[in-house]
Amino acid sequence: MTIIGNILLIISGLFYALGGLGLFRMPDVYNRAQAGTKATTLGTFSALLALCFFFPAWTPKLILLLVFVAITNPIGSSTLLRSAYKSGLKPYSKNDELSVDQYKEVKHDLS
Amino acid sequence: MINLIFFGLVAIGILLSLYRLIKGPSNYDRIIGLDVINVSIIGVLVVIALITENEFFLDVAIVYGILGFLETIVFAKFLEVRS
Repeated sequence: MTIIGNILLIISGLFYALGGLGLFRMPDVYNRAQAGTKATTLGTFSALLALCFFFPAWTPKLILLLVFVAITNPIGSSTLLRSAYKSGLKPYSKNDELSVDQYKEVKHDLS
Repeated sequence: MINLIFFGLVAIGILLSLYRLIKGPSNYDRIIGLDVINVSIIGVLVVIALITENEFFLDVAIVYGILGFLETIVFAKFLEVRS
């Protein structure tokens, strides 16, 4: 059990570092938010699962924290990016003819 | 040993996010950096609970998560209204 927990802890730290690296390297607000949010969500999941292997008695509270992170992290980043889109930030694209903006048509239905 | 490796990797992630927090071109980049740092600190608090074998730090992590989420939402709404 301890070996599985240690492996999950290493995976978790690796994904936190990858999230920071994505935030550092990506060219655009949208790409940065996607890389950072997804990687850190997976990092938190595997840290909580590792703690479930170390201390099985703490599982209910850990599951509560896991569900909370799984709900709030995408909601936060999506709200932030919606506000970034409404403020007029353009997505990064090398070739403007190939870029597709499907969100522009649905935008008026929201809020 | 494992804990030290974990803390080192999280420190790399937090430092790179801190670069984005300080130098981000727009305000949204700064808030995304802040969000990533908040979620990383939740993981750090969970591992501190593992080291000290104290369940209390999980409550701290839950409250910190709620505060970080509110912070992101409030900043997003604030920038959306202002623009």
